[in-house]
Amino acid sequence: MSSVSIRNLQISFGVLNVLEKLNLEVEEGEFLVLLGPSGCGKSTLLNAIAGLLDIAEGQIWIGDRNVTWSEPHERGIGMVFQSYALYPRLTVEANLSFGLKMSGMPKAEIARRVSEAARILQLEPLLQRQPAQLSGGQRQRVAIGRALVRDAKVLLFDEPLSNLDAKLRTELRVEIKRLHKRLGSTMIFVTHDQVEALTLADRVAVMHKGVIQQLATPKEIYQRPVNRFVAGFVGSPQMNFLPGTLVRKDAGASFRLAGGSEIDLTGYEFSRPFHDRQNATLGLRPEQAQLRRSEQHSARLEAIFTIEEPMGPDTLLWGTLAGENFSVRISSDQAASIGAPIGIHVNIAQASLFDEAGDRL
Amino acid sequence: MKQRPIRWSVYAGLTPAILIVVFAYIGTIIWTVGISFTDSRMLPVARFAGFNQYVRLFATERWLTSVQNMVIVGVLMIAISLALGFLLAVALDQRIRAEGFLRTIILYPYAMSFIVTGLVWQWILNPTLGIEQTVRGWGFENFRFDWIIQKETAIYCVVLAAVWHAAGLVMAIMLAGLRGIDQDLWKASRIDGIKPWRFYWHIVVPILRPSFISATVLLSLGVVKLYDLVLVLTGGGPGFSSDVPAKFVMDYLFQRQNIGLATAAATTLLITVLCALTPWLYAEYFRAEKRKD
Amino acid sequence: MSTPPAKIHNVPMGEGPSGRAPKGVGPARIGIYAFLVISALFFLLPLYVMIVTSIKPMEEIRLGGLFTLPTTITFEPWAKAWSSACTGLDCRGISPGFWNSVKILVPSVFCSIFVGALTGYALSFWRVRCANLLFAALLLGAFLPYQVFIYPLVRIYSATGLFSTIYALVLTHVIFGLPVMTLLFRNYYAGIPIDLFKAARVDGGRFFSIFFRLMLPMSIPMLVVAVILQVTGIWNDFIMGLTFGGLANRPMTVQLTNLVAPTEGEIAYNVNMAATIMTAAVPLIVYFVSGRWFVRGIAAGAVKG
Repeated sequence: MSSVSIRNLQISFGVLNVLEKLNLEVEEGEFLVLLGPSGCGKSTLLNAIAGLLDIAEGQIWIGDRNVTWSEPHERGIGMVFQSYALYPRLTVEANLSFGLKMSGMPKAEIARRVSEAARILQLEPLLQRQPAQLSGGQRQRVAIGRALVRDAKVLLFDEPLSNLDAKLRTELRVEIKRLHKRLGSTMIFVTHDQVEALTLADRVAVMHKGVIQQLATPKEIYQRPVNRFVAGFVGSPQMNFLPGTLVRKDAGASFRLAGGSEIDLTGYEFSRPFHDRQNATLGLRPEQAQLRRSEQHSARLEAIFTIEEPMGPDTLLWGTLAGENFSVRISSDQAASIGAPIGIHVNIAQASLFDEAGDRL
Repeated sequence: MKQRPIRWSVYAGLTPAILIVVFAYIGTIIWTVGISFTDSRMLPVARFAGFNQYVRLFATERWLTSVQNMVIVGVLMIAISLALGFLLAVALDQRIRAEGFLRTIILYPYAMSFIVTGLVWQWILNPTLGIEQTVRGWGFENFRFDWIIQKETAIYCVVLAAVWHAAGLVMAIMLAGLRGIDQDLWKASRIDGIKPWRFYWHIVVPILRPSFISATVLLSLGVVKLYDLVLVLTGGGPGFSSDVPAKFVMDYLFQRQNIGLATAAATTLLITVLCALTPWLYAEYFRAEKRKD
Repeated sequence: MSTPPAKIHNVPMGEGPSGRAPKGVGPARIGIYAFLVISALFFLLPLYVMIVTSIKPMEEIRLGGLFTLPTTITFEPWAKAWSSACTGLDCRGISPGFWNSVKILVPSVFCSIFVGALTGYALSFWRVRCANLLFAALLLGAFLPYQVFIYPLVRIYSATGLFSTIYALVLTHVIFGLPVMTLLFRNYYAGIPIDLFKAARVDGGRFFSIFFRLMLPMSIPMLVVAVILQVTGIWNDFIMGLTFGGLANRPMTVQLTNLVAPTEGEIAYNVNMAATIMTAAVPLIVYFVSGRWFVRGIAAGAVKG
C-alpha cells in the first residue's frame, strides 16, 4: 500500500501538451477512478504513473520514493490492460509466472505467489489453459492475476472492462471491488464509463482536455458537479439544462426561464456571489423533477411529454420544458399524461446553477 | 427454376479459370508425367518404358549435383534470409530515424528481376573485375575472392545473390507482423521487467510464427523455381557445379533435346513440391475455412 | 472547484529527479544503427556499382576499381545501350526489347487482373460446385515449378499457331498470373460484408451486373495492388519470354542477357550496366513511386489465407 503523488506533471506529444501542470494526490489504499471521454488524457496520466511514457516536466512519487525516472518494473506497480495483453502461446500459469521467472525469483516463491493469486481469482481450474481458450472475463482475471503476483503496492487499471459484454462487466466490476476490500492496495482505475466510476471509486477525478475538472467522492460528483462538463458527462440520461437569467430579490434570488416563468431559488446554496440579470443555466437531473409534489419540492414548472419509456423499476418521460428538451424519471407505478401540459415539481436545493462560462454558481 | 439463368452466368464467369485449370494445369501435368514414362528423346514417342527414365535420371551425376545444390541453397538461403530479415525488422521497429528510407533501401532488391540481380552480382564477384580486383588494387596483392569460378564455392555465390534479393521481403513480412502486435503487450512486459531480447525470443517469435511460416513457404517456392538467377550468375558452372534442377530441366528440354529425361526430372520436382506443400496448403486454406463456418 | 484538497496547489517539489529522464545514447542503440547502416550499404552496393560504372568511360574501367567514383562522367554508354549496342549482328541496342516488353505487359496485366478478379469474385460470393477443388487446383499453379507445364504448352502453342507470338506470351501470363490474382481478390472480397452482396441480390443484381457495377468499383485499392504486382512480375519475367516469345518478341530481360553475353573483343561493362539499369528501371520506378502499396502487394501476394 502506497500513496501516489503527481506533482506539476506535464506531458507533450510533439508540440501538443496533453497534460499541463497536473497535480494529484492518491491516498494509501484509496480507489481512485479517472473518468472522462476518450482523448481527455486519463490513459496518458495512467501510463505516466506506470512509467510507460516520457514526461516533459514534474515528478511522480509512489509511497516515499520519487519514481520519476524509474523503469516501470521498479515502481512497485501492477497494471491491467483493456486488451488483456496476455502473452499468447503461454499457459495461464506461465503467464502469471513469466515476469517473476525472468527476474530470477526462486521457484518456490513463484509457485506460492501464483497459487495465491489463482486462489483469490478462482483461476485454479484454468492454470493449464492457453489464453486463446479462455473467455474475455477469464482472460481479464488472468491479467489481474499477473498484476497480483507482482505483489504490487499500486494497481493500475486501463479500461479493463471495456472489451467485455454487459453482464460480464457487472460481474467483474463487483469482483474488482471485492478485491480492493480484500487487498487494501491503492488502485487507480481509468474508464469512460460513469457507472464503473460511480460504483467503484472512493474518489473520482473527472478529466477533460488534459485537466482534472473535479476530484471528489462519487456522491459529490453526481450531486454537486463543479461545471457543466462534469454535470453533463456524469448521469444518464443527461442532466436537463434550462437557460435563463438570475434575478436578485430582496430576500434571495429567483431564476427566470426563457419562457418567462420564474423559479424561487430559496434553498439553493450558492457557492459564490452572482449579480443581478446574470445569464445562467439551471441544471436538473431527471429524477430531481417529479410529477407528485412532496415537502422538499419548492418550485413548479410546466412541461409537455411526448414519449414514455418504461425501464422496469422506473419510467422515463421525454418532452420539452420552456422550449428545451427535458426528461423526467418517475417511479413505474405512476402514470403520466402524454401530449398535454403537465405540472412538475422541483427540489431546488438539489439543482445546479451554472454561469455563462459553465462554472457552478 | 428461377435460379437457373443466374447459375449459368456464374459458370460463364468461371469459364476462363476452369479452362486454365483443366488444360493448362492438369492437362499439362498429366502430359508431362506421361512422357516421363516413355523413352522419348528428341520427340515424344508413345513407347512405354516404365521407370527407365527415372533410373537414368538418378544415375546422372549432373542431376544429383543439381539436387544437392537445391538443398544447399534452400537451407542456407532460407535460414540466412529469415534471420537477416527478422533482425532488420526488429531493428527498424525501434523507433529509428529515417525508418522509411532504410525500409525502402532494404526492400528494393525484391523489385529487381533475377536477371538483373544475377548480372550485377556476377560483375561484383568476378575476380578480374569486382571485389578481388579492387582489394588487390589497394595493395593486397595476394587477396583472393574467386568463389564464383571455383567448383566448390560457386553455389554459395548463388546463395549470396538470393539472400540479397529476398531478405527485404522477409523484413517486410516480419515488420508487418511486428506492427500487428498489441501495444499493450510491450507495456505489460515492461511492467513485468522483462528484458527486451527475452521478450523478443519468448513472446514475439512465437507470435510471429505464421509470418515465419509464410516467409519460409515463399522462399522455398523461389528456391524450387530458381533458374534465371543461376543462368546469368554462374551459368550453372564451372562445369555443372552450380546447376539447379529447374535449369537441368530447361537444358534437357530445349538444348539437349532429351525430353524423356527432362520430364522425369520435372515430375520428380513436382512430387517433391507436392509432398512438402500439401500439409501446409491444407492447414492454411481449408482447415481454417471449416472453423469459420 | 468545489473540493480540491487544500494541499494540491502548493505541493513543494520534493527532492530528486524531476522532468524528462536524461536520454543517453546507449551501446544498444549504437549497435542497432550500425547494423542497419551496414545492411543498407550491402543492399545499395549493386545499385551503386551499376550506376557508377554506367557513366564511366571504358578507359577508366580498364584501370580497375569497380567501386570508385568516375573521374569523367559520360552518358555515351547509356545512349549506346539504348540504341546501338550489338547483339550478334543486330545493332539496335536494347530499345526493341523495351518496346516488346511494353507490348507484352499492357494486355497481360489487363487480362490477368480481369480474369483473376472475376474468378475471385465468383469464388467468394457465389455458391459454386466443387469451388474448393477449383481453388486447390489454382493453388497448384501458384506453387508448382513452371518446368512441369512448359513442354506441353510449347506443343499446344505450336499446334495452334500461337507459338512465337505476343498472344502466346499474354496467354501464358494470364495462366500463371491467375492463382495469385484470384487469391488476392478472393481475400479482398472476403473482407467485404456479405450483407452488401445480399442487398445487391435483393435489389435484383445478377452475377455480372453485381461484379461490374458494385464489386469492381469497390476493388480499386486491390486493383492498384494487383497492377503493381503484375507490372513488376511480368516485366521481370525471363523464362516465359525466352520459351514462348521467339526471336521477334523477346522481352527486355531476354534481350539483356543476349546483349551482355560475352562476345569476342573487350566487354563494354559500362554499356552493359547501362542496359541493365534500363531493364530494372520500370519495376524500380513502380517500387519507388508506389511505396507502401508495393508492400501491401507483397503482403497480399504472400499467399496468406
